[in-house]
Amino acid sequence: MEKFTSHTGTALPLRRSNVDTDQIIPAVYLKRVTRTGFEDGLFAAWRNDPEFVANKPEYAGVSILVAGPDFGTGSSREHAVWALMDYGFKVVLSSRFADIFRGNSGKAGLLSVPVEQDVIEQLWDAVEADPTTQVTVDLEARTVTCGDLVAPFQIDDYTRYRLLNGLDDIGITLGHEDDIAAFEATRPGFKPVTL
Amino acid sequence: MGRTLSEKVWDEHVVRSTPGEPDLLYIDLHLIHEVTSPQAFDGLRLAGRRVRRPDLTLATEDHNVPTIDWDKPIADPVSRTQVETLRKNAAEFGVRLHPLGDLDQGIVHVVGPQLGLTQPGMTIVCGDSHTSTHGAFGAIAFGIGTSEVEHVLATQTLMQAKPKTMAVTVNGTLSEGVTAKDLILYLITQTGTGGGQGYIVEYRGEAIEALSMESRMTVCNMSIEWGAKAGLIAPDQTTFDYIEGKPEAPKGAEWDAAVAHWKTLVTDADATFDKEIVIDAADVTPFVTWGTNPGQGAPLGANVPTPSDFEDEQDRIAAEKALEYMGLEAGQPLRSVKVDTVFVGSCTNGRIEDLRLAAEIIKGHKVAEGTRLLVVPGSVRVRLQAMEEGLDKVFIEAGAEWRGAGCSMCLGMNPDTLDPQERSASTSNRNFEGRQGKGGRTHLVSVPVAAATAVKGTLASPADLV
Repeated sequence: MEKFTSHTGTALPLRRSNVDTDQIIPAVYLKRVTRTGFEDGLFAAWRNDPEFVANKPEYAGVSILVAGPDFGTGSSREHAVWALMDYGFKVVLSSRFADIFRGNSGKAGLLSVPVEQDVIEQLWDAVEADPTTQVTVDLEARTVTCGDLVAPFQIDDYTRYRLLNGLDDIGITLGHEDDIAAFEATRPGFKPVTL
Repeated sequence: MGRTLSEKVWDEHVVRSTPGEPDLLYIDLHLIHEVTSPQAFDGLRLAGRRVRRPDLTLATEDHNVPTIDWDKPIADPVSRTQVETLRKNAAEFGVRLHPLGDLDQGIVHVVGPQLGLTQPGMTIVCGDSHTSTHGAFGAIAFGIGTSEVEHVLATQTLMQAKPKTMAVTVNGTLSEGVTAKDLILYLITQTGTGGGQGYIVEYRGEAIEALSMESRMTVCNMSIEWGAKAGLIAPDQTTFDYIEGKPEAPKGAEWDAAVAHWKTLVTDADATFDKEIVIDAADVTPFVTWGTNPGQGAPLGANVPTPSDFEDEQDRIAAEKALEYMGLEAGQPLRSVKVDTVFVGSCTNGRIEDLRLAAEIIKGHKVAEGTRLLVVPGSVRVRLQAMEEGLDKVFIEAGAEWRGAGCSMCLGMNPDTLDPQERSASTSNRNFEGRQGKGGRTHLVSVPVAAATAVKGTLASPADLV
């Protein structure tokens, strides 16, 4: 996983709440067995509409998504995170994320940043008024900056540490192999096995 | 101080706990299907890792599989590749697989419980958000993404921050004809899709205790639809009776030891929850959704809401967008909504009790002209049980399509989909835009409402058939 310290880029204003993972990428796009190439499925239904904000030329090259509340609800598909990353997003901002989506994004290296809805509104206004507006998300300082706006955000220390250092979770866990083996030795015999 | 049920189960699975880090949690059962696993197995191969505990892992094919012609090769080459990839991976890594055509194939959340692999006090994960279904047995069960699937395959553990606890207490008795599905749809409209976010929820109270195991699974299944990490119900005699005798259930002395332990899995009288919600079961009536998220629901007897009635601006905008997508008029009675397709099935309502209930209502009636009814058992065993009871004949005589086992029309990933603007009444769990096929319009309903709607051709309850 790539290290994430700070990112500055232009932002896409997505004025919608409850953007579920079926909207982010419909199931029909989940059939690939590879890890990349999901950008064509991103917001697939909406991208047929020339008026959809992501289709507007002034928002080409965006890397920060500013979305309404309850982003990433529904299915556990990590393909939603991959599709956003494959499209070029590094950061998603919303006032509330679904748990599984937020967990998946932290594992895959997409930074999901919770900020108050009034911050979202200010960002929407700013990037709609001027799509070239630069937004900075600083993971070290835990702040979102846009012009005069400086908004702090919360992220748990452990996820932040992993993202800052680009660490592989499995490698870390396998470092605790002895603990896992010791735990397994104490499991009750009545617990089921599949083989 | 006492502990809640979920805290007890959590504590029993902590391998390692360090301040400032998530707990390392042991996973008792890892369920796998074809959609969210291929990249995880690829990751193992690239890193030269093995599956740590194939004996705690079970795979089945469900999302992509057709529900007709399942004995022939899958027609869609991309779906076929995904299913074949699962078969290759299961063989290479020594994982037990129930493929299409196998007696134990079916939706992963139907298969686990029917095999007796889902038991109280376990931790169960799957790369599927409806893993919460297994919480009905008093297990902590939740959906994970593909990175976590790989993590569990490699280590049989997960790093997890301990969620907060919530109790949803349902007092009183559900009225005649009101089901667990109505209860959970009602609850979601009260909390919104984010109301459970960050919590493990324990459903409790008289109305929950009175539910069968299969109805409890329906409630827990939709925990994710109001954002909860997981939902669970304390195991009791209903639970033990359901598990006893299942193929993978403990036997003999192991059974006694297991039950003795399971009986300790209740919330202590002096335990406290971080949040509590209390519902009166008498307030719950047959419930349907009118919008494009599961929180946009109303009693069947109500009218389609008027967006300007919503105080919250985001809710108002969401309602406007939903009505436009759904092709509904504000103020229109829900009972006047004409339905093209009725789907009975899914991990929410595709078990034998659901099929029995549907058959009981449909018996002696015909599916309405211009409406089609798809009945899709959740697993091959459910299908065979239904046929043994003659339910298939009831459905076929009524003019329904009697299908093979799988996720089917729940998610638009296999041949069973809605056409653009086709309208369904569906016993599944999600009414998102395009969920059942691009442009499709979904109303989430209970099994009785689905069956009655199939007969009337418009959203209806069994009371409308007399």
